[in-house]
Amino acid sequence: MDLKSRYLGLELRTPLVASASPLSETIDGVKRLEDAGASAIVLSSLFEERLRRDRETILERLSSHTDSFAEAQSFLPALPDFHWGPEAYLEHIRRAKQAARVPIIASLNGATLGGWTAYARDIQSAGADALELNIYAIETDPEVSGDDVERAHEDILRAVKTATTLPVAVKLSPYVTSLPHLARRLVRAGAQGLVLFNRFYQPDFDLERMEPRPHLLLSTPQDLRLPLHWTAVLRGRVDASLAAGGGVHSGADALKLLLAGADATMLASALLKYGVEHLRVVEREMVRWLEEKEYASVDQLRGSMSQWKCADPSAFERAQYIRTLESYAAR
Amino acid sequence: MPANKSILDGNAAVADVAYRLSEVVSIFPITPSSAMGEWADQWSGEGRANLWGDVPLVCEMQSEGGAAGAAHGALQAGALATTFTASQGLLLMIPNMYKIAGELTSAVFHVAARSVAAHALSIFGDHGDVMAARQTGWAMLCSHDVQEAADMAAIAHAATLEARVPFVHFFDGFRTSHEIADISLPDDAVLRALLGPDAGRAHRERALTPDRPVLRGTAQNPDVFFQSREAANPYYDAAPDVVRRAMARYAKLTGRDYGLYDYHGAPDAERVVVVMGSAAQTVAATVDALNARGEKVGVVKVRLYRPFDAAAFAKAFPAATKAVAVLDRTKEPGSVGEPLFLDALGALERALSAGTAPFASLPRLIGGRYGLSSKEFTPAMAKAVFDELAAPKPRARFSVGIRDDVTGLSLDHDPSFSAENGDAFRAVFFGLGSDGTVGANKNSIHIIGEGADQHVQAYFVYDSKKSGAMTVSHLRFGPKPIRAPYLIERADFLACHQDSFLGRFKMLELLAPGGVFLLNTSVPAESVWASLPRADQELIRAKKLRVFVIDAYALAREQKLGGRINTVMQTCFFAISGVIARDKALAAVRDSIRRSYGKKSEEIVLRNLAAVDATLSRLREIKIAGEINGAAAAPSGFDAHAPEFVSRVLGRIYAGDGDALPVSALPADGTFPTGTARYEKRALAQDVPVWDPACCIQCGKCALVCPHAAIRQKAVPEELLAGAPADLPSAPAKDLEWKGHRYLLQVSPDDCTGCGLCVDACPARNKSETGLKAINMTPIAAVRERERRRWARFVELPETDRARIKPSAIRSQQFQQPLFEFSGACAGCGETPYLKLLSQLFGDRLLVANATGCSSIYGGNLPTTPWAKNPEGRGPAWSNSLFEDNAEFGLGLRLALDHAELSARGLLEALADRLDADLAREILGARQDDEAGVREQRARLERLKPALAALDDPRARRLESNLSALSRKSVWIVGGDGWAYDIGYGGLDHVLASGRNVKVLVLDTEVYSNTGGQKSKATPRGAVAKFSNAGNPSAKKDLGLMAMSYGGVYVASVAMGARDEHTLRAFLEAESYDGPALIIAYSHCIAHGIDMGLGLRAQKSAVDTGRWLLYRYDPRRAAAGEPALALDSKAPQSAAFAARLADEGRFQMLARAHPARAKELFARAAEDARARRALFEYLSARPSGPKEG
Repeated sequence: MDLKSRYLGLELRTPLVASASPLSETIDGVKRLEDAGASAIVLSSLFEERLRRDRETILERLSSHTDSFAEAQSFLPALPDFHWGPEAYLEHIRRAKQAARVPIIASLNGATLGGWTAYARDIQSAGADALELNIYAIETDPEVSGDDVERAHEDILRAVKTATTLPVAVKLSPYVTSLPHLARRLVRAGAQGLVLFNRFYQPDFDLERMEPRPHLLLSTPQDLRLPLHWTAVLRGRVDASLAAGGGVHSGADALKLLLAGADATMLASALLKYGVEHLRVVEREMVRWLEEKEYASVDQLRGSMSQWKCADPSAFERAQYIRTLESYAAR
Repeated sequence: MPANKSILDGNAAVADVAYRLSEVVSIFPITPSSAMGEWADQWSGEGRANLWGDVPLVCEMQSEGGAAGAAHGALQAGALATTFTASQGLLLMIPNMYKIAGELTSAVFHVAARSVAAHALSIFGDHGDVMAARQTGWAMLCSHDVQEAADMAAIAHAATLEARVPFVHFFDGFRTSHEIADISLPDDAVLRALLGPDAGRAHRERALTPDRPVLRGTAQNPDVFFQSREAANPYYDAAPDVVRRAMARYAKLTGRDYGLYDYHGAPDAERVVVVMGSAAQTVAATVDALNARGEKVGVVKVRLYRPFDAAAFAKAFPAATKAVAVLDRTKEPGSVGEPLFLDALGALERALSAGTAPFASLPRLIGGRYGLSSKEFTPAMAKAVFDELAAPKPRARFSVGIRDDVTGLSLDHDPSFSAENGDAFRAVFFGLGSDGTVGANKNSIHIIGEGADQHVQAYFVYDSKKSGAMTVSHLRFGPKPIRAPYLIERADFLACHQDSFLGRFKMLELLAPGGVFLLNTSVPAESVWASLPRADQELIRAKKLRVFVIDAYALAREQKLGGRINTVMQTCFFAISGVIARDKALAAVRDSIRRSYGKKSEEIVLRNLAAVDATLSRLREIKIAGEINGAAAAPSGFDAHAPEFVSRVLGRIYAGDGDALPVSALPADGTFPTGTARYEKRALAQDVPVWDPACCIQCGKCALVCPHAAIRQKAVPEELLAGAPADLPSAPAKDLEWKGHRYLLQVSPDDCTGCGLCVDACPARNKSETGLKAINMTPIAAVRERERRRWARFVELPETDRARIKPSAIRSQQFQQPLFEFSGACAGCGETPYLKLLSQLFGDRLLVANATGCSSIYGGNLPTTPWAKNPEGRGPAWSNSLFEDNAEFGLGLRLALDHAELSARGLLEALADRLDADLAREILGARQDDEAGVREQRARLERLKPALAALDDPRARRLESNLSALSRKSVWIVGGDGWAYDIGYGGLDHVLASGRNVKVLVLDTEVYSNTGGQKSKATPRGAVAKFSNAGNPSAKKDLGLMAMSYGGVYVASVAMGARDEHTLRAFLEAESYDGPALIIAYSHCIAHGIDMGLGLRAQKSAVDTGRWLLYRYDPRRAAAGEPALALDSKAPQSAAFAARLADEGRFQMLARAHPARAKELFARAAEDARARRALFEYLSARPSGPKEG
C-alpha cells in the first residue's frame, strides 16, 4: 500500500506524524517514535514566554538587590556566559536530526511579536526540516477586533518568515475569527501549511482552594469532529499543506481526516495514553481498510470527502445544523 | 582611554595584582574586604592564569582563623599564598601571623582596614584592626588611594620575597576599598620585572618536603627562646631597604615614584602633619591650598609603618620644622598616645640623638585622632590641625572631626574651608537602593572615564537599612587626577531620584551657586515649584539654581522597565549636566545599553533605548518665577512623641544628622534603650494590605508571617470598643475562649514594606469574588490616612490578655504582642518571622545572644532597634558579641543566670525563717515551666520584697539585688548559618554538649547573607552562591543530625512557610525542655534569587521536594522508650525535584550557565534528599535508648 504523503514539501512515508508532546522531549523518545513508524516528528515547543520569562526573571533576580547595601553590592555571583536563548532546544534539534532519519519539525510557540521570532533562524541552522509556528492567543480584550487578531497572527508569521527559509506551518486555535479568512490570509503571508488545531486548554476550578487550576485533558476520539469539519472546509480553499489532529486514536480516525483533505495526521494523546507502539496499530488499521476498499494509495482518497468534493456540501454548513437537531428529535 | 587605564575600585585593583602574584588563596568573607576574595574565586573559576601561567587555587575557609591557618600551611609547603581580610578577621589571624613572621616566611595579607568592634560593631573604615596586628612581626605597607593600592600590593609581594618578612598591605576600608577611580594597573611585564626571574624560588626551597626533611615549629625553653627571637633582627633591619629598592624598580617600570615616607609641601615648612592612609591625600590637598595662601606647611605621608625606619622617617622632615601633629585613625584608650604618634615621637627623638635628624632640636609633637569608623576627614579638618599647630599652646592630644564636649579634646573646624579646585566636575545623586541609581552612576563613570578620557572618582554612601535603603553617590570628573577622598560638599549637579527625600535631607545645601538640580517627581512640571519645601525654594533662589524635573517612574512604567529608573535618570544627567558633550554622551548611553543587555535580551535593549528617547522629550526645566510659598517643614519621618533621648539622639541620627551629635549625646558604654524602631515612620510601601473582616477566618497566619510585625491582631472586650470610631473595623471573635470579645486585625501603613507575604499566607477567599482574600494589597495613597488613624487607635487598645491566650495554636498565639517589630530587614525577609515568634512567646523573660550577621544588623544597627518592651516594661535583652563566639557568649549568659539563681536560692533558704517561710518555700519549689508559672513566681517575689527590705542583714541586701534571678529567664542564642555551620560551629558544638539550658535558633538562609551570599556549609548541593559560582558541588551539612548524636539535645528542623503550626510546636517544646535545644529554621532570602513576596512558597517547595525535612528530636521521648525523632514532613510526592529547584534563581542560574553540570548536581541533590529521608525514616521508627549526657 502506498501511504506516501507530502507535507510542507517533505516526502513522508505515511501521513502519520507525531505532533509536539513530551514524547519528543528526549532523544530516546524521538528514536522510539521513529521506530514505531512516525513519518515525521514535531518536537515539543520552544515557548516565547519561557524564553522571555527565564531571561527577565534571571536579570531581575540578579539586579533587584544590587548596589543597595554597604556590606554587599550583590547577593548572587555574576555569571557572564549564560545560556540565555534556546541553546538547549537547538542542541535537541541537532541531536534529534542525528538520531532520526525522518523529518524533524521544530515548534515555536508564542502569541506576540518579539525577539523570539528570530530563533527561527537558529532553528534552521540547527538542522530542522520545517517549522511549526504555534500561535496560541487567547484574546480577552473587548477592544481588540477580529481584524486586529488576524493582523497579529500575520505579523508574527511574517517576522518568522523573515528569519527563516524553512517551510512554515501555522498551528491555529479552533476558536479565533473567521477561520477560512484567517487561513487564506496566513497562506498569502507565506504559510506553507496550516495545522488544525491547537488544543484549547481551559482551566478547571479547584473547589477546595477556590482558584482556577490548570489541568490538561488528553484528546479523545470525540474531539476529532472539530478538525475533521474544518479540514474538510479548508481543503481546496487554501493553497497550503493541511495537517490535522486532536482526537486521532485509531486508523479510522486518521482515514477520516485524510478523506477530509489532510496531508498529515497528527498524533499525541493516543501515544501518551496507549504508548508509542500504538502508532503501528493505527498504521495497520489504515492499511487494512485501504486494502479492503481497494485503494492503491492514500493520495487517491485524500480530500475526497472535503466540502468541495463530497456529495452534499451543505453537510458542512447551517443546513446540517438543522438536520442534526432534527435527527436527534426523530430518535 | 590609554590601554592600561582601568576604572575599578580599590578591592578590585588589589585583588587583580594579588591574584596574579599568588598560587594559593584562602578566603573568608568580611566587609569591606569580601570583594577581593570574590574576585579571586571568580577568576580561578574562569581559569584565569597568574603571572606564571597557572591558575591559583582558591579555597573558602570556615573563618579568618582558618584562612590564616590554611595560608600558613600553604606557605610552609612552598606556595605563594595570600588572603584578604579586615577587622575581626585580621584579629583572628593574629596567632598565625606570629607564627608566619616568626618563621620568616614570605607572604602578603591584604587588609581593607576597618574598625574593630568595641562598644559597638562598625563595618566602616579605620586603622583599629591593623594597629592591633602591628606587634606580630609583619611588615606593614599602607596605600593612600586606589592607584597606590594596586601599586603597593605589587611592591609588597615583591619585597616579601626578598626580605622574608611577611607583609600586611592595607588601605582604608570603604574610602579606598570601595572608591572607584581610573588607575593604571601594572601589567604582567611590569610585575615580572619587579619580582625578577627567580621570584619565589628561595621561598620554595625553604618548603617542607620529605625530600629534604626539616623540623619547624619547635617548643623552646628559657635557655634559647629569647636568643632565637633576636636572631631575626637582621631581616627586620634590612626590610626597609628592600622595600625602598622595590619602590625604585617600580618607579622605573611605571613612572610612579613612591617613598617609604614622602614629604609634600613647602620646603621650609614649620608645621608638618604626619598621616597614613587616604587622609594623606586630604592633608596634601589642604597643604597645597594653605601654601597657596602663603602659609608654610607640609605633610609626611607614611607608607611603611612596620618596620618603622626611624632614620628615613626623620629625614623626610624639612629642617625648619617646628611643630608636628601626628594623626592616628585609631584609638588606644589609656595610652600616652596613639601608635603612629608614639612611633613618630620615638623615631624623631632617636634620629635627633643619633644626629641624623634634619633639625637641631625636637619639634613640638602633638597627636590626634580622626576618622574612626569612616568618619569624614575633610580639608577643613586638616586645616584645623595646622591651625592648632600654629597656636601658642597646641593641645598635646586632640581629636578632629567631632565635637567632644565631654573631655574637650576636639578641634573646631571651619566647614566653609574647601580645598576643592575648579578642575573637577562634581555630581551628587540621592537614590533608593532598589531604583538603580548606583548602577547607573557606575555606568556613567565608565562612559566619562573611557569615552571622554576624563579622570573619574566615585564613592557611594549607603544607609543601614536593608529595605528602602537610601544611597548617595558622589562622582567627580576632571582633566587632572582626582585626589579628594572625602564626600562632595559643593556640587555642580545634584539629582534627587525620590521626591520623598525632599525636606527630609538638606541636599540642596550641597549645590554650588548656579548648579543644576534634577528632581524625579510625579508632580506635574507646572506644580513642582509650589510643591517644594520652603527651605529648598529659598536655596534655589539664593543660589540661582537651575531646576529640571522628570516623572521617571511613569516613564519607566510606560517603557516596561519596572521600578528601575536608572536609564531615565542617567539620560537626564547627561542631557543637562554638561559634564561631557550631550550628543556624545547620549550616544555612549545608547551604546552601553546595547552592550549591557544586548547579549541578554534584545527586548530589554529596545525598551531602554526607547526610554532614552522618551526621557529627552519629557525632561523639563521649570521656571523659578514663583513666590516662596512652600511648606515650612517637611515631616521628619520620626515619631514626634518619642521619648527625649530617643528623639534628641536617635531621631537626629535617623534624620541623617548624626555627625553633628556631640560626644555627650552618646552613651559611653554602647548601651541603648530598646523598643525604638516604632518611632521611625519610614512609609516605604506602595501597596499595603487592608483587612476584610467579613471574609476573615481569624487564623492569625498573616500576622505570623509578617516580617516587620506590621500586622497585628487583638482580642478586645466588647465594652472597650463601645466608644471606638466607626471606621475601626472589628468582627466578633470567632473562638469560644474569646466570647464577649471583638477581633481586630490592623496594618501599620507606615511600617509595612509592602512585601505581600501576608496576602500569600491568607487561606480565606472572598465568597463573591474569589480573587480577593481576607487581606488584600491596596495602593497606599487611597488608604494611607485612614489606616494611620486606625493604627493609632488600634495601638491605644490594650494588649490581649495573655492569661487567656493559648500559645499552642497560632490563631490564639498570635494575640501575643510582638516584642520584635519594624526592623530594617529586607521586605519579605524569611528570618524575622521566627524572631518575632520567639519574642511573642518568651520575650518578657528572654535574653538574646545574637551572632553577627543580618540578624545583628537589622536587630541592632543604630539609630533604632526592633527589640521592644511590653506594657510592663519587660522585653528581650539583646546583645551581639562577635560572629565566631555567639554560642559561647550565650552560654556565658546562662552560666551567670544559673549562678545568680543558685546564689539567690541559698540566700533565700538561709533567710527563709526570718521572712515568710511559706512564701519562701513556694518560691523555692515553684516549677515555672509555663508562662503562668513564671507570672505567679514574679508575683511571689513581689510579695516577698517588703519583708526582705525590712530585714537588717547584709545577706538580705545581696538577695534584694539578685531576687529576680528566682524568676525563670530564657537564653536564646540566635544567628545565621555562617555562624552555626562554619565560624561558630566549634563553639556551638561545645555549648550543645554542655547540657546547659540554652536554646539555639539558626536562621538558615543557606549562605552568608549579610556579606552578600557567599557559600556556607549550609548551602545545598547545586546552588550557585558566591565562592561557588559553578554550583556547590557538596551536600549540605546535616547540623541537626550532628546535634542529635549527643542524645541529650532537643533538635528541630522547621519551615514556617511549609507548616506554621509545626514551627510553633518546636519553639514551645524547645523552651520547655530542660537542657540544650537547637532549632534550624529555613529562611528564604534575597540571596536565593526568588520573588520575596512568595518566599513562603519557596519554603513549602523545599519541604515538598524533601530538600528540607521537618522533624523534632526530643530526648524526653527517648527516656520514655519511644523514638526520640519524629519525622514531620511527608515523603515527597512529586518527582519533579529539578524542576522545583529551578523556581529559585540560585539553581536556575546553574541550569542556564552550565546545563550539563546542573543536571548532574541536581540529580545528586535529589539523591541526597532521598537518602537523607531514608535515614530519618529509619531513625524515627526506632526507640532511642537514653544516652548518658
